[in-house]
Amino acid sequence: MAILIQFAIGLLFGIGLIVSGMSNPAKVLNFLDVAGIPAGTWDASLAFVMAGAVAVTFIGFSRVLKLARPFFADRFYLPTRKDIDSRVIAGPAIFGIGWGLAGFCPGPALTALGFGSASAFIFVAAMLAGMVLARFVAQLLSSTRFVAPADPLET
Amino acid sequence: MIITPFTPIASLLGGALIGLAAVLLMWATGRIAGVSGIAARLFPPYEDQEFAGRLAFVAGLVAAPVLVRLVTGSLPAQTIAAAMPVLIVAGLLTGFGSVWGSGCTSGHGVCGLSRLSLRSLVATITFMSAGIATVFVMRHWG
Repeated sequence: MAILIQFAIGLLFGIGLIVSGMSNPAKVLNFLDVAGIPAGTWDASLAFVMAGAVAVTFIGFSRVLKLARPFFADRFYLPTRKDIDSRVIAGPAIFGIGWGLAGFCPGPALTALGFGSASAFIFVAAMLAGMVLARFVAQLLSSTRFVAPADPLET
Repeated sequence: MIITPFTPIASLLGGALIGLAAVLLMWATGRIAGVSGIAARLFPPYEDQEFAGRLAFVAGLVAAPVLVRLVTGSLPAQTIAAAMPVLIVAGLLTGFGSVWGSGCTSGHGVCGLSRLSLRSLVATITFMSAGIATVFVMRHWG
């Protein structure tokens, strides 16, 4: 049952990506192209995606987190780290370059697979390789330190 | 480049659906709907009891266009302009960077900002700035 629910939630997330326009890299790149503001080609839509998503999540999280526990789990697993380390800047900087090159971030890239284009498959294959590499490198580094956390990239 | 129309209402609505999905995942599993984290944890060395659930979530993401096409008879435009070498480099950077920085647009951008996390705010400002700078260099330099 929990598996089916998670499939449905992924489906809903993907439909949101499609309806919002995030699944179209051209739209993403036109949003990131701030030189398009004076030129009149800027597509501000993605600011509305973010506004809609954050508004619903902000209200929804505050309600859900008042519950004693999640429906299918024994507790909430919330990120606990608050420090600004070099990884939380270097990682997004690297990710942002990739995002600006192709117009895909991880969610829309996975949803793009269902559109059936070869380009999306190539991007996703490279993306998954990059993800595995990052975890591998992080684990390699952490095993040489005194304290090795169970999951070095836990948020 | 292709001019894309400004779609504030569809984007707001789609964004709200993304938010709803994030809230439902928290309600159901108690976990952050961060796509990079969920996808990366499908692979070794990561190991726990949540594999099937993560795979189901990712399968839902991939199945969404199939369902939309079945119901509406068509899919909205999707233009991937990047050539193959660029796609590969971009994919590697996107995958590496999002995992290295513990999150992407969904984990840091949507969920993190909604939890008023300073780490996520820093991450979001950083990937937005890097994305803007990259598009500027690609489109307007040289």
